[in-house]
Amino acid sequence: MHMHKYEKIWLIFGIGSLVFFLSTIGVSAFYLGNKPPSCLTTVNPDKVDQEKPFNQPGLHKVEGKDWDYELVFVASTFNYNPGEVKIPLGAKVKIIATTKDVIHGFEVAGTDINMMLEPGYVSEYTKTFNKTGEYLVVCNEYCGAGHHLMTSKIEVVK
Amino acid sequence: MVNTAAEKVKVDPRDAKLSMAHFFVAFAALAIGGLMGLLQTLVRSGKYELPGGIGYYEILTAHGVMMGLVLTTFFIMGFQYAAVCRTAGTPTNAARRTGWIGFWTMVVGTAMAATMILLNKATVLYTFYAPLQAHWIFYLGMTLVVVGSWIDGAAQIMTYIKWRRSNPGKPSPLLSFMAVVNTLLWIVATLGVAATVLFQLLPWSLGLVKTVNVLVSRTLFWYFGHPLVYFWLLPAYMCWYAIIPKIIGGKIFSDSLARMSFILFLIFSIPVGFHHQLMEPGIDSAWKFIQVILTFMVVIPSLMTAFSLFATFERYGRSKGAIGLFGWFKVLPWNDARFTVPFIGMASFIPAGAGGIVNASNQMDQVVHNTIWVTGHFHLTAATSVVLTFFGISYWLVPHLTGRKLTKAMNKLAIIQGWVWFICMVFMSGAMHFEGLLGAPRRSAFSTYGGAKQAVEWIPYQIAQAVGGSILFMGIILVLIIFINLAFFAPKGDEEFPVGEAENSQETVPMVFENWKLWLGITAILILFAYTVPFIDIIQNAPPGSKGFKTW
Repeated sequence: MHMHKYEKIWLIFGIGSLVFFLSTIGVSAFYLGNKPPSCLTTVNPDKVDQEKPFNQPGLHKVEGKDWDYELVFVASTFNYNPGEVKIPLGAKVKIIATTKDVIHGFEVAGTDINMMLEPGYVSEYTKTFNKTGEYLVVCNEYCGAGHHLMTSKIEVVK
Repeated sequence: MVNTAAEKVKVDPRDAKLSMAHFFVAFAALAIGGLMGLLQTLVRSGKYELPGGIGYYEILTAHGVMMGLVLTTFFIMGFQYAAVCRTAGTPTNAARRTGWIGFWTMVVGTAMAATMILLNKATVLYTFYAPLQAHWIFYLGMTLVVVGSWIDGAAQIMTYIKWRRSNPGKPSPLLSFMAVVNTLLWIVATLGVAATVLFQLLPWSLGLVKTVNVLVSRTLFWYFGHPLVYFWLLPAYMCWYAIIPKIIGGKIFSDSLARMSFILFLIFSIPVGFHHQLMEPGIDSAWKFIQVILTFMVVIPSLMTAFSLFATFERYGRSKGAIGLFGWFKVLPWNDARFTVPFIGMASFIPAGAGGIVNASNQMDQVVHNTIWVTGHFHLTAATSVVLTFFGISYWLVPHLTGRKLTKAMNKLAIIQGWVWFICMVFMSGAMHFEGLLGAPRRSAFSTYGGAKQAVEWIPYQIAQAVGGSILFMGIILVLIIFINLAFFAPKGDEEFPVGEAENSQETVPMVFENWKLWLGITAILILFAYTVPFIDIIQNAPPGSKGFKTW
């Protein structure tokens, strides 16, 4: 099979860029630790309210871990608990979230905090909040008629 | 050498009837789905409310099902059937009958699903979202659409096999080969959605089992959900590779390379569904990354395609005496709708593909996942690149099948239609991309989120989308006018079914491309590699199942 010289150059350039690009993502993911929010922990979706840590939604200071705070969110149609939370500036926070019923999204709009909450699974993501201000939390996965009313607020304060 | 007898080759009227039957359903779906799309952009602008208690998500479900499944599947099956008949010869009566059985199965399925959506018993969007539970008739209808498309595809494969039998040792006609690759891709991909509907959603919605494993259903769905977009795209590629060169009066750059790129799409489009699930719990990030790598492999055939197409254009232009680096661009037949409309689609694929690379990248996806950026992305890929190419195909294929002519007036209207589409997408898809970067979610009715500052910033973009959506709807009306004209009212005559020839006809096409055991075998191995371990993980590590919810 014949391949034109220019096409070979074009493909070598293209595949080379691809390798470079994928290596960048790979190094970022596995060396720098920028993995997507993934967690293999499960929970019984019918008993979320009784299980730790979801029996106490909200921000909790923790000691002796790689992060300063744990922020526990419980989603249900069409509501987040807590509905509003204040985080001190510069705090390293591990967000731990799950849903009691259907699939919900957990997106802090305008940031890279973006997770799917699926019944039976715990989703986690660690983030340092370095800028003061109000952040809107929205459900970005269709969950029913009140989907667009489902919201919470994170305020980063000094 | 140009075979003048072959120029006159027509699709048999009996087969033309079957293809046209598909197109009638496809364009009816376009009309209904388009209206739903218009209403959505209006609702989301915040200036309009739906009458009679109709829910936003109900019309969103109808829009997705009509456009994403009904329009595309019917159009593709009709087009591929015609392409196989044109290039591999008239099918046997048995094959034609198979085609009709497939067609009617799909029609019955579509009617069942559509009825349940209209009754608001299936407002689960076309991606299903268990544990949201639709009426079982909706799931059964969807199953019939898929099964019908398999039967329909079998009619194409039967005709292809007939050609191979009577031409031993010869490579099959390029268009037939491409149609078969796409049908095989579709069959392998739909096994996933068939499995989740038959073994999970149907028994569960009928009450035979109490709970559903949500992550298994999602994984099976996205196993199908990504190749689905290649099933849409490959017929457009068929047009760009094998038909456009003939329309402009050029040659196919390389027959063999076209076949190779189609095979690469078959192999690399399926084992990649995890890149739709990057933000989900329950799947190990290492396996997600492996599928991200496999996802990007389709960049290679895409680059090959881009090269071939522009090589064809440039060579044609230079043969017309064009000089300079881009002089050839000017001499392309811009006043021919059969070229211009698909060309706009083709050009849109450049930014669309770049957006796709963002979506499929681990960390960048965290910023755009489930934002309206994604909606903007597939309105460039599917709703512009693919659909405009489909319109461009129908502008010569419909008159060809009905024994009519594409008149000058219709040609002009078609070109206007293409540009109207382009302008509206600049507004609509452009606004969606920018709004998504600011964090606005997709699949969402109008909301101020309690007057949040961030949500206020999104509203101007939503108004721009409504402007774009309104222009787009005018574009749909133009398409329908042209389609009805070409199907019923255009003057009688002969419209050519253009089929390009390879530039170097001496070069033999390697027969290895038609070794289906080899390619399907490699596809199966890659799928097993990408899915076996994570799938065992998902099942072994499963939380208690979910009961059904109806939250609309």
